[in-house]
Amino acid sequence: MNVIGWALAGACVAAGSGVLAAVVLPRRARPAAVGAATAAIGLSGLVAGIAALSGQVFQARLPGLLPLAGVEIALDPLGGWFVAVTGGVLVAAALYGIGYAGGGHGQSGRPVQAALPVFAVSMLLVPAAASVSTLLVLWELMAVSSLLLILAEHRARPAVADAGRWYAALTQVGFAAILLGLVVYAARAGGESFADLRAAHLSPAVRGAVFVLVLAGFGSKAGLVPLHVWLPRAHAEAPSPVSAMLSAAMVNLGVYGVIRVGFDLFGGGSRWWWLLVLTVGAVSALYGILQAAVAADLKRLLAYSTVENMGLVFLGVGAAGIFNASGAPTLAALALAAALLHVLNHAGFKALLFTAAGSVVRATGTRDLDALGGLRSRMPVTTILFAVGALGAAALPLGNGFVSEWLLLQSLVHTLPAGGVVIAVAMPLAVAVVALTAGLAVAAFVKALGVGFFARPRSDATEAARESPPAMLVAMGVLAAACVGLALAPAALAPVLSRAVGAATHTPATVVDGGVSLRLAGIASTMSPLVIAVAVVVAVGGCALLVRLVAGRVTRRRAVALWDCGVGPPTARMQYTATSFAEPLQRVFDDVLAPETDVDITPHAESAYLVARVAYQARVPDRVEHALYAPVITAARRLGRLGPVLANGSVHRYLAYGFFGMCALLLVLAVTR
Amino acid sequence: MNASALVAAAVQVGVVAVGAPLLVGLMRQVRSRLEGRAGAGVTQPWRDLRKLLRRQPATPTGAGWAFRLAPLLLIGTSLVLAAVTPLLTTASPLDPAADLFAVVGLLALGTVILALAALDTGTAFGGMGASREITILALVEPTILVAVFALSARVGSTNLAAIVTATLHDPLRVASPASLLAAAALAIVVVAETGRLPVDNPATHLELTMIHEAMVLEYAGTDLALVEWASAMRLTVLLGLLASLFLPWGIAGASLAGLPVALAVFGAKVAVLAAGLGAAEVFIAKLRLFRVPELLAGSFVLALLAVASSFFLA
Repeated sequence: MNVIGWALAGACVAAGSGVLAAVVLPRRARPAAVGAATAAIGLSGLVAGIAALSGQVFQARLPGLLPLAGVEIALDPLGGWFVAVTGGVLVAAALYGIGYAGGGHGQSGRPVQAALPVFAVSMLLVPAAASVSTLLVLWELMAVSSLLLILAEHRARPAVADAGRWYAALTQVGFAAILLGLVVYAARAGGESFADLRAAHLSPAVRGAVFVLVLAGFGSKAGLVPLHVWLPRAHAEAPSPVSAMLSAAMVNLGVYGVIRVGFDLFGGGSRWWWLLVLTVGAVSALYGILQAAVAADLKRLLAYSTVENMGLVFLGVGAAGIFNASGAPTLAALALAAALLHVLNHAGFKALLFTAAGSVVRATGTRDLDALGGLRSRMPVTTILFAVGALGAAALPLGNGFVSEWLLLQSLVHTLPAGGVVIAVAMPLAVAVVALTAGLAVAAFVKALGVGFFARPRSDATEAARESPPAMLVAMGVLAAACVGLALAPAALAPVLSRAVGAATHTPATVVDGGVSLRLAGIASTMSPLVIAVAVVVAVGGCALLVRLVAGRVTRRRAVALWDCGVGPPTARMQYTATSFAEPLQRVFDDVLAPETDVDITPHAESAYLVARVAYQARVPDRVEHALYAPVITAARRLGRLGPVLANGSVHRYLAYGFFGMCALLLVLAVTR
Repeated sequence: MNASALVAAAVQVGVVAVGAPLLVGLMRQVRSRLEGRAGAGVTQPWRDLRKLLRRQPATPTGAGWAFRLAPLLLIGTSLVLAAVTPLLTTASPLDPAADLFAVVGLLALGTVILALAALDTGTAFGGMGASREITILALVEPTILVAVFALSARVGSTNLAAIVTATLHDPLRVASPASLLAAAALAIVVVAETGRLPVDNPATHLELTMIHEAMVLEYAGTDLALVEWASAMRLTVLLGLLASLFLPWGIAGASLAGLPVALAVFGAKVAVLAAGLGAAEVFIAKLRLFRVPELLAGSFVLALLAVASSFFLA
């Protein structure tokens, strides 16, 4: 047993002791002990992942652990990448969770605390599963334990139960799709270990059907449109450390599943599969960020941004598949590297943003951006940390999201004209989608930071906000440091990234290299985030010095009242809110978003012409949910209403059912025999 | 990285910093003459800057560090842009560090900094300007990147020096449909990004139509000087970028010998473009804000056509 084996075993032991601690310890000591155990799980995941990425291989078969099939575990660099990302997120979110739950927030109840280590370890082990049954068991364990965690605050808000129902339904549908796809695959292959699946020869029709089923299943976990509806509810309603784990780690496993099955097991597949992945990814990216740009709920905004980022990752994976199927392996490797790097970058900034949002919710009791504001003087550290995350999420230079989007754009832009009509049409549109997504992401995060944290408080609760305790700030600081590191020195990851891509495509290659500046294989473009950052710092410093020299005696600032075009100091209620900030975008994308406004005028009792009260309500509903799920739910409800009609409590009727049923059965037997 | 490249890059930054206010003065002068006014002269923006630089900056109540830092950050990113873009020389030592995507990103970063500063003041006008500016930024982005696609696909690199050098080696490329369409698309983008007519009126202080001006209403003294200077530099860099991408002749290489010629040619190209823009502004009115997306959609279609023609007519 090597480092990986010991680390994975350590994660399991830590999980066991975490569950034990949750059951045995009193309520007060529970969050700290369980948080420490979860952080230990994350740490061992980080160790295992880095060991796998540095070239170690681990394989184990534990036949006695699971009846009939046994458990098969193996970790290659591809799985190692996801295990390391999950581990890193778990460490930070668990440390944050200790402070978060310690302050009386979140639930320190027994079931929730016991579910946390189970969720952590099952999520960590999914990428290490090496057989269909192992994968499915871990997947379902992850789904059920995460459902418990999402439901933690169900006593506080009725929306939590609703979110739980949506999540439960969609995750089970996804699980059924994966189960069906992989079981058909395993049955045709004649074995259920991944080695058997790799060696199998299936007809194209079966392969296509399996891939589509698996894509639907894994896509529902990654929040791809139209299976995303659970995500903005669940990620918004879960306690914030759990939101960070869901949004930064769990959704990634959907990406892992598609890469594992599509690239590793099927070895590439046909072009239409990947065109489908690309399309679904592009639609998700656009729809997600559009909803985020008009959202007024901070955590809902972040959740929709997750849909967007997963869409971008799938767009990259789809492009990689298309290039692979069109005989351009260098570009395919580059696109896949961009997707994997974006998974890591997204995990970094989204964990940071969700934890910072959690601090805001903890301090103010509200997630409504329209009621926030003025936090930069009340929670200065949290504001700066949120700004670091927002810079990454907006994909602007000096942020970490920019690096992976740059790689993605490079792979899309340098398509060769020889690739055929499909590529010539798909790639420019993909570039346009990435660009529009980046622009709208800027709008969404300028809104989140500028309206939520800057300006003046828009409510009393925000006025009284106070900075979070140091434990939470340290956990967020670690995440922010990781984001800055990823933004400035992405080339440090080049070797491990190449190894992870090589494990997926079975062709070892150096995709990205370079020290200070990023250099790509086969493309002459270069970019150096570090040099850009240094140049900006030097320029800003030089200007500050120059201003001091030129205007030395007048640089002392004068405090004045707000001018506002001569109107005089406006009140806090006259500020722009998140809703008003997003109004132009909402109007531009009116046809896509279909916002609803409701004006309700109540007249006086004496006269219909005298208005007593006007109620105005505007909201942007999730259109996909309305169009796709509402009919299904209505049909199910109608079917459910048939029950009381059939079973109305009359014993005569039940006896008649029995009699006629028996007669019908006898008749059928008499005729067929 | 050799000394002459460093000198060339420094000269380039200096030229942009000194020349940008003059360029704005030139545009205003062209406009006033065409409208039958005498005009304040080309150097008026410099006189304004000198005056503002000696005035005390003001911090309105309720504004925080974003408001205070924004002018410095804005001018910092503008200076980096001036150093990266091949305006006078293709041998800038910063060229390998920032390709066309990074240049677009830095431009957006400057806009975002200013929008955050405007939101930080907590005024209705600040929020309004920020909201409109960001909306336009979001809609401009696809056009820019698809046009970048059209320009860089045939070169095999998105680095600006590579694109400019490739055009210098093969001058006929400029007349190709892809290049012409991309030029038209980028011209509309430049108008939108720099807040010129018909997207935004730089001369207006009519409250409800402002975009850029609404964001900087609360600034005074040295802060205002830095913001105005940075805006002028962004305009110069964007016009210079347009000139370098589509009319690259005269740009010096690594040696210093070509620098005086490059300086003169760059001045002429940018002055002609600016005068043309100023003259065009006399004849057009500002679009309603909600008609601007139509204009930008048009530019996006042009960019898409540019890519299509670079694929199918190549």
